[in-house]
Amino acid sequence: MTDTIDITLNGERRAVTRGVTLLQLLASLELDPRAVVVEHNRTIVRRPALGDVRVAPGDAVELVHFVGGG
Amino acid sequence: MATAVETLRDTPFTIGGRTFHSRLMVGTGKYQDNETMVRAVAASGAEIVTVAVRRVDLDRTKRAGVLYHLDPKRYFLLANTAGCATAEDAVRYARLAREAGFNEFVKLEVIGDQETLLPDVQGLLAAATILIREGFKVLAYTNEDLVAALRLEDAGCAAVMPLASPIGSGLGLLNPYSVRTIKRRLQVPVVVDAGVGTASDACLTMEQGVDGILMNTALAAARDPVAMAHAMRLAVEAGRTAYLAGRMPRREVAVPSSPLEGMLD
Repeated sequence: MTDTIDITLNGERRAVTRGVTLLQLLASLELDPRAVVVEHNRTIVRRPALGDVRVAPGDAVELVHFVGGG
Repeated sequence: MATAVETLRDTPFTIGGRTFHSRLMVGTGKYQDNETMVRAVAASGAEIVTVAVRRVDLDRTKRAGVLYHLDPKRYFLLANTAGCATAEDAVRYARLAREAGFNEFVKLEVIGDQETLLPDVQGLLAAATILIREGFKVLAYTNEDLVAALRLEDAGCAAVMPLASPIGSGLGLLNPYSVRTIKRRLQVPVVVDAGVGTASDACLTMEQGVDGILMNTALAAARDPVAMAHAMRLAVEAGRTAYLAGRMPRREVAVPSSPLEGMLD
């Protein structure tokens, strides 16, 4: 059993530590949880719950924020 | 520069229960750099500023999003669903935006044609209906079709946003009659969104009696975006004031301005 799993992060396959929470995932990416919105398998995970949700193999995670737009 | 006309009392500009002073809203896209964007937004006098929802660039997570440059306490951030081609996508983006943002307002776009970026009215209505049920205040980007505008109002949209001309085209107000008709027939605010190219376009648009204008490319793609933002601010005020003042009737013949009496023999 390897200690990493593959997930799809922002549309790209990525190896992450097995059992990692979304909050830990953000930390590993040096992302401030207050500055992004996390969508886990098409469901929005609100900030207080980020530490409770663990990613599983094949999960789709989207990290979005506001950019310039019209 | 003081431009307020104290003799004219304008009605407040209220959308979805929130009152604003400026009738000019601006986007934050396509600027050559964030510093120019911030200065142009400030020069425009806008209070409502639009932003888009996109993936974080994971290779450059140190590069902060637009909120790093725009103070959310100073500006009312209006998230859009730009780029969405289906109602389902637009609803998804709107939900993400509400989670990221500071209010329940969304500028709803459902694009039906990639060349013209014209709205898909059917998708727009479907998305608006879902979002309104979820408590969103929907500002719907639509075409200059009266019936579509009426349906969007019936669906409960907080504002209807007919285009002046296609997004980013700078072609100006192509159909003043339709925009005027929409304004006359709707109870909710009508804010013209997209297509304004220069100050005269903005002025002419406001002279139709609409409640406001949203623009982005006209500023971002100007040679001097900050100066153009200032010009647009003046144009929107001028057009609004001219509308309130009431223009003179058009005549096919000349009418002298100086008295005919008292002329020399």
